Amino acid sequence: MEELLRLKNLSVEYKVKDGYLSAAKDVNLTLHRGEVLAVVGESGCGKSTIAHSIMRLLPDRNERISGQIIFKGIDLTTLTEKQMEKIRGKEIGMIFQNPLDSLNPVYRSGHQVMEAIELDGKSRQQAWSESVQLYKDVRMPDPEKQMQRFPHELSGGMRQRVMIAMMLSRHPELMIADEPTTALDVTIEAQIMDVLTGLKAEYGTAMLLITHNFGIVAEVADRIAVMYAGQIVEQGTVYEIFDTPVHPYTRLLMRALPRQPKADGRLETIKGSVPRLTNIGQGCRFANRCPLAQAICEREDPPEIRLPGEHTYCCHCGEEALAWRNRSSKSTA
Amino acid sequence: MAEPVIEIHGLKKYFKIPCGFLGLQTQWVHAIDGIDMAVNKGEIVGLVGESGSGKTTLARVILNLTTATGGFVRLNGNDISRLNQRQTRKMRSEVAVVFQDPAGNLHPHHTVGQSIMRPMIIHGVPRQEAYERALQALDLVKMDRMYMNAFPAQLSGGQQQRIAIARALVLNPKIMILDEPTSALDISVQAQVLNLLLDLQEEMHLTYLIITHDLNVINYACDRVAVMYLGKLVEYGETAAVLRAPVHPYTKGLMAASPLLDPHRRHKNPDRLSGDPGSLIHIGPGCRFAPRCPQATDRCRTESPTLRETESGHYAGCFFPEDTGVTK
Repeated sequence: MEELLRLKNLSVEYKVKDGYLSAAKDVNLTLHRGEVLAVVGESGCGKSTIAHSIMRLLPDRNERISGQIIFKGIDLTTLTEKQMEKIRGKEIGMIFQNPLDSLNPVYRSGHQVMEAIELDGKSRQQAWSESVQLYKDVRMPDPEKQMQRFPHELSGGMRQRVMIAMMLSRHPELMIADEPTTALDVTIEAQIMDVLTGLKAEYGTAMLLITHNFGIVAEVADRIAVMYAGQIVEQGTVYEIFDTPVHPYTRLLMRALPRQPKADGRLETIKGSVPRLTNIGQGCRFANRCPLAQAICEREDPPEIRLPGEHTYCCHCGEEALAWRNRSSKSTA
Repeated sequence: MAEPVIEIHGLKKYFKIPCGFLGLQTQWVHAIDGIDMAVNKGEIVGLVGESGSGKTTLARVILNLTTATGGFVRLNGNDISRLNQRQTRKMRSEVAVVFQDPAGNLHPHHTVGQSIMRPMIIHGVPRQEAYERALQALDLVKMDRMYMNAFPAQLSGGQQQRIAIARALVLNPKIMILDEPTSALDISVQAQVLNLLLDLQEEMHLTYLIITHDLNVINYACDRVAVMYLGKLVEYGETAAVLRAPVHPYTKGLMAASPLLDPHRRHKNPDRLSGDPGSLIHIGPGCRFAPRCPQATDRCRTESPTLRETESGHYAGCFFPEDTGVTK
């Protein structure tokens, strides 16, 4: 598969009052055309930071970025702001968690979609008919009527459809969806995810899905990158991560998911809490909570270990983690 | 054996909203429209439904935070609308509640100790004893005693939720109503809080009513499940039975929409529910689910179905249990 986006040693630090907070560290990711890559992790793990740094949406006086963001062979970090404007929306589209924050309350929903289309130099007439078609593509009921309505008159699911239509209007090759359904009800969430995966099938749009919802990930992702405290700890196909996780964090997390009735045993919990990420040095960031931690884990960054397939993980206790996985999967089987 | 501690009969709760010119006309929001159910002692019942289905309103009526428009709620056999002040106070000590937003649950200017002691002070427990019991409550929710003097802002979401649970427990309640207790929490923290709740329930023989929109949480934690749609109960029964063989088309749609946390069991060609729940104000005579229902008939649009027992202990409010029942 052809490579579309590659993050190389991307690190992002935010200036805080007592130094720098390392929100993402040495992140390496590859996204291929037509693929859904899910970046999952708990709050504060840096997943949104990654999405925002790709689009260069971070407030720039406060952060330090190093590493490369290579999109279709071009390093986005070297572009000027002017050049970046051509990428944003046109090449890479983005939808956010709360559509009401992203829509202008005083313009009709259709007007906002048409505005995006007119950016490409199309006439008003053409923009109108394209918008109607887009509303149909995102399965908006009664498109022409909804185009005349203001954002507050639409339901949450419809607002997110407007955002998707707006993003879609410029045919981006990559869409970044940052928690696209968190504010929605389950049945509406399913409808929106159907629309998004339909786009992938129809237009071959690749998707970088940022979420903490493992259910959605299991449902739509091709590959998964698991983040913890700013680092990617494990990557692989959705089956590799769900069936045979290796990194102790992923492993524990998978067993914390409520997948069986309580009669079949209690959920796994992870002791301790995420370390402070301000002025943090070398070392595995999961070490303080890890059941396998050794002295070296606190001192040195863990190496990346490749397994057969597309599976990689970052851990000092390579062999041991594998053995531990095999042992515990037998005991649960 | 089955001893009902919460009994709900024909419960209705309408809210009045002004509308029209100068708000001179009124419309009614039918938040709860005729619910019958019972929760037995020592069981965990899950209440599932989408926003606006009336889950939280139902909890508020049970807690006597708002009065019912019709029907009644009995807690331990007493109709809560007929209690005098002293009895209400006693009832309130027996029914505890934990809300969704852990931060909004706690007074930001009160220390953890003050928050946990407050219900005891109100119920006349001497200060010294209240302090002792607050410390024990912290032990119970597995928090260090040093957090007594911390402020909510210094705690993580999971810790705040533990404090809310500790505060709910100090008056030795018999019933706990948990309104989305884990929806604001991360997976690993959700697991801790769910396990804690289940341990406490076993140790203290509590009865739980858990309100959630997450079928995975229901499947894990609940003995029975009640599914609500636009103010009505559409299905009710043992969790295993309802999730194995749902009868009501809404329950089926909800299950088809809920991700299963397993990539091997992705929904293939799912029967997605189209549309959204719609309004609680303009309600027709028929089944409330009819506009979204794939199998709605003319009868569904003109007549409202009542709950019927489709198998032992499994109820559904649909005209078509025969067609949609346990067919395998």
